[in-house]
Amino acid sequence: MKNIVIIGATSAIAIACARQWGAQGARFCLLARNEERLQQVAADLTARGAQLAAYQRLDIDQLDAHAAVLAQCMAELGSIDIALVAPGTLPDQEACQKDAAVAVREFNTNAVSVIALLTPLANMLEAQGHGVLAVISSVAGDRGRPSNYLYGSAKAALSAFLEGLRARLFKAGVHVMTIKPGFVATPMTAGLPFPGPLVATVDRVAQDVIKATARKTNVLYTPWFWWGIMSVIRNVPQFLFKRASL
Amino acid sequence: MPALLSWGRYPNFPQEQHSLAWRDTAESRWRSVRAEHGTTLAFGNGRSYGDSCLAASGHVVQTLALDRIIAADWENGVLRSEPGITLEQILQVAIPRGWMLPVTPGTKYATLGGAIANDVHGKNHHVRGTFGRHVRYFALARSDGTITECSPALNQELYAATIGGLGLTGLILWGEIQLMPILSSTIDVTSIRFANVDEFFTLSEALDAKHEYSVAWIDCQSRGPALGRGIFMLGDHAVDGSLEIARRRKRTMPLTPPVSLVNALTMRVFNEVYYRRQRKQTEHARVDYDSYFYPLDSLLEWNRIYGRPGFQQYQCVVPATAAQEATRAILEAISTSGSGSFLAVLKRCGNIKSPGLLSFPLEGTSLALDFPQRDEQNKHLFKTLDAIVHEAGGRLYPAKDAHMSGADFRAAYPQWQQLESLRDPAMLSRFWERIIGS
Repeated sequence: MKNIVIIGATSAIAIACARQWGAQGARFCLLARNEERLQQVAADLTARGAQLAAYQRLDIDQLDAHAAVLAQCMAELGSIDIALVAPGTLPDQEACQKDAAVAVREFNTNAVSVIALLTPLANMLEAQGHGVLAVISSVAGDRGRPSNYLYGSAKAALSAFLEGLRARLFKAGVHVMTIKPGFVATPMTAGLPFPGPLVATVDRVAQDVIKATARKTNVLYTPWFWWGIMSVIRNVPQFLFKRASL
Repeated sequence: MPALLSWGRYPNFPQEQHSLAWRDTAESRWRSVRAEHGTTLAFGNGRSYGDSCLAASGHVVQTLALDRIIAADWENGVLRSEPGITLEQILQVAIPRGWMLPVTPGTKYATLGGAIANDVHGKNHHVRGTFGRHVRYFALARSDGTITECSPALNQELYAATIGGLGLTGLILWGEIQLMPILSSTIDVTSIRFANVDEFFTLSEALDAKHEYSVAWIDCQSRGPALGRGIFMLGDHAVDGSLEIARRRKRTMPLTPPVSLVNALTMRVFNEVYYRRQRKQTEHARVDYDSYFYPLDSLLEWNRIYGRPGFQQYQCVVPATAAQEATRAILEAISTSGSGSFLAVLKRCGNIKSPGLLSFPLEGTSLALDFPQRDEQNKHLFKTLDAIVHEAGGRLYPAKDAHMSGADFRAAYPQWQQLESLRDPAMLSRFWERIIGS
């Protein structure tokens, strides 16, 4: 029976993971911005076998609320075996180019707020001396592409932050995992012109995340073939990369 | 997002999907799709075969993400859920707790909403009736902004119209069903080989009442004295054993071949082997529920074996008084035509009445058979079959249909006018447009 905190608990990937953990009788503390939806997710997880599905409203952009909410989670669960951090938006790249305020807001939500949250969370896990911190970044952070470089740069910041955090917490017995999903069919990505054969279902991604959490993978590309795709893309030289329309 | 087709991949009218993700936004999203495209239709997991799940406008509201369980009472086996939950997901939570779907169709990939809208039935129709009989409540959103809770005692008119109502009465926001207690997730099966269709009727008459499940596979190519030979399969939930979710290895049909892989030759070989595989007249076995109820689900996307043209399923039910003769006539017409497939299923339906207005089953015998899509050949054969069914006072199953005439439908389902008067103006399927208009 695992104690699991999920931040961004109403996201499709988070829900799919939670259902699989829930079927094994996990205890949850669920955090997200929309309380009504949190309640719906909690009821669903309870019916599917979760021993506990506590939830609290958390707006990740309200940085000063983080510490108190996380402390309450810890109090609720006693200890934290897994913390899955999955909040995020998919910014409109064009809007970000036209309006600096939009760009900054989106960067804040996807990078700054997450980094802020990870700070007290990491300290809690470090003090506890065990646990897995699984954070959803993206393959988009591996390279800045013209079609979504605001999102990509936020995820790049997050990935680099996680790499450093992993090395720091390793010494304390806490594992930090960076999750880099490729194209996933979720409500967040509905309507995007994804190339069909590369699109994964959330269940597929969730299965990978759960396995990797147990195995303590460092960086998870999911589905696996994204590791190959990104190793190629990462090595495309600049003079070619800037000419490609990606 | 890829465009959606129905299970038979015929008729080929790809649907653009607009996903509904949460209860608090489902209605407004539905209304905005309607405002933009005139009419729409709720689409679950696309297991209807013909055009009853296709929106006339080509724009469906997809409910698969609306799959949250709202409440589960495991003391009494009552489950309330959003409509996009699949039967597979329900089984995954229910079976370990000693509960089973009281009625299940031949695929676990149908959704709760789809099961209600098509009032599906299964191998135990003779003892439990249709799925609709086990629906305690549901909430129906209408495009006039109302949400109506329906039950056998509450808003009965909409309750009856929605069960088997082909999604036309509005958007189901949640449904509550009564599950059936089981002691084990395994099924004790008795298979009896029969030499012709008359033997099937004798066996079914003698044995159905004593068993929870009963269905027969038929060799649709057999002729003469062997016409309608097959294997009769009886099943009952084992009373000892464990409650386990089946975990079978699944394969996926990797591509859609340009032509059907089901043809006269492959079908002949399959049918012969399948019939001969059973050595003894009667065999007993214990199998897990998954391979018993859902043998086809182990090959994901099996519908693609019929190739790019797709296929049609012909499912009819004929009233008991005329059943034996009509079934024989139908099988004769099919074996003479040389068409058909290895998925031919014969089942005696019981006399338990469904609450649904347009429910398909009748007391009598139901036959279901897949046909690779060949325009001229199917048209010709279906015309012959339709005449036999009509003559015998039977009818076809809208959930499977892509061909029946408006006149046949309206004669076989005289309650259609009641459904039409209760239909939500926001909802219109290609099926409904076809059979009301022609």
